[in-house]
Amino acid sequence: MAVDLRSYLGHVELPNPVLTASGCGGTGRELAQFFDVTRIGAFVTRSITMVPRAGRPTPRMAETPSGMLSAVGLQGPGVEVFAERELPWLAQRGARTIVSIGGGSVAEYTALARRLAGAPGITAVEVNLSCPNVEDRGRVFARDGSAAAEVVASVRAATNYDVPVIAKLAPDVADVVSLARLCVDGGADALSMINTPLGMSVDVDTMRPSLAAGTGGLSGPAIRPLAVRCVWQVHAALPGVPIVGMGGVMTGRDALELVLAGACAVAVGTALFHDPFACQRILRELEELLQARGFDRLADAVGLAHRPAGAGPRNRIDLEESSL
Amino acid sequence: MAGSPVQVTGTVLTTRRVEAYHALTVVAPAVADRFRPGHFVTVGVGGPHTSMLTRRAFAIHDVKPDYGGTVEFVFSVRGPGTAWLAERRARDTLDLVGPLGRPFPLPRDPCTCVLVGGEYGSASLFVLADVLQRRGCRVDFVLGASSADRVFGALRARRMGETTTLTTEDGSLGMRGEVTDVLAGVIADARADVVYACGPMAMLRGVTAVCAEFGIPAQVSVEQAMACGVGICMTCVVPVIDEDGVTRMVRACTDGPVFLGERVRFDDVGTIPFDALGAPGGRHG
Repeated sequence: MAVDLRSYLGHVELPNPVLTASGCGGTGRELAQFFDVTRIGAFVTRSITMVPRAGRPTPRMAETPSGMLSAVGLQGPGVEVFAERELPWLAQRGARTIVSIGGGSVAEYTALARRLAGAPGITAVEVNLSCPNVEDRGRVFARDGSAAAEVVASVRAATNYDVPVIAKLAPDVADVVSLARLCVDGGADALSMINTPLGMSVDVDTMRPSLAAGTGGLSGPAIRPLAVRCVWQVHAALPGVPIVGMGGVMTGRDALELVLAGACAVAVGTALFHDPFACQRILRELEELLQARGFDRLADAVGLAHRPAGAGPRNRIDLEESSL
Repeated sequence: MAGSPVQVTGTVLTTRRVEAYHALTVVAPAVADRFRPGHFVTVGVGGPHTSMLTRRAFAIHDVKPDYGGTVEFVFSVRGPGTAWLAERRARDTLDLVGPLGRPFPLPRDPCTCVLVGGEYGSASLFVLADVLQRRGCRVDFVLGASSADRVFGALRARRMGETTTLTTEDGSLGMRGEVTDVLAGVIADARADVVYACGPMAMLRGVTAVCAEFGIPAQVSVEQAMACGVGICMTCVVPVIDEDGVTRMVRACTDGPVFLGERVRFDDVGTIPFDALGAPGGRHG
């Protein structure tokens, strides 16, 4: 019997839990050469900004063990071109589109949400909180819970009531659970995690940083344990909040790991660079794994790793930030 | 969809050393069918559970009809990924995606073409020369590298080209110097109408400058580090002047790798030009 793979972000139903990760699927057209983008749970756009952005200088990418550093700098055409050309293309095909937005101030996020509010074909809005806050000397919103909550609240207020707002969290913060709680209190209907933690590599031949920007976001299987940890902690603290898990998902097993830790949907990012068919493959593998374990529904597996081990006491799970 | 790229698991047919380089021939009929000169393929390296996540991009050197269709690409060992590739043997399998990129535009009418290759960049020029000659074009070659063992395809160029000029920086083969030192003479002697070039960025910049003096177009195939090759990672961008006169950061993989040389802002590669669309503090459309 087929597994019921439906996944819910707030009240929005997705036919399956596999999404693209923001910034890893282009405009949708590039991947459409390889597969039908309507067959995945949802297509998540790169982070859309108010004005066009040329991004960072090259080199923008460096390969690291089981990972990749990248500093693209949110290159994109701006919200107007996105709303006129890219979103309608996705909408016409019937793709469920989650629009990621990025800004440098609360006002910019609000303006973006307002610009997109009437646009047809938006399944959800994802707020990329890993953008530097120009009003706070470039400190990223995700590192400042109150600023993050303020962004989420203003985006929530500017977005249609029937479009869920997803707050995307970074793992390199002091306390991801309190950040998650502040975002949910600010009005986030769902959370997605993790954005890329900041990393760096130095080329020992040129004796210079490998990336022109110096630092870059680390992605790939190298960060999967970070993702599992964040999903685990946040799901334990906020079990009712839907979580989109991501971070180095390469196979169905990796996706199931995040689901068991508490994610109700899983996004595929860097794997798409390696294998443009990664989304369908992971979906197929996830379904087979669920079937093999006797699940009728994906929902039954969400957060299952939190159940007490055997007859052991329930409170043995250590939810502290510290590993001591 | 005709011309759209495919992913195949191809079997390695032959491996060979060509001077300082390696060449792999892989059975991939679906890629070979769709191939046009200038296309490239990306290869997954390190096997099924690899720790190397980015794909390696290589220009297609040759396609042959054997076994339904094979593609050959040439590479030099630069790191662990290409070292792994160099260890492949016949009957191993390789994960290929291709053909990718925009191929070389071809002239409508017969004309005289100079094909310039630097290092193993010349690998992609021979299938181009073949197509041009079948269209009645005259083809002249200029190939160069740092030393004789790094000049790729000198023999084949001599066999195919009306003339072939070789340069090496150490003087071990042909003229001492760079391809750009001899290019003006070749263009003048052949009365060339167009130049096609593939090689390192600095060479392409020089070739474009020479072509500008003669007022002829240079079709250059750029080499930029890329992770995906299909247009989604946004890491292989180069500053290119668009038809509307605005400089945009465009992807070498999907908008290129072949560009009209005069459109590429070679001096600004590796930067975001201040007047590029969306540059920090710059224009926003």
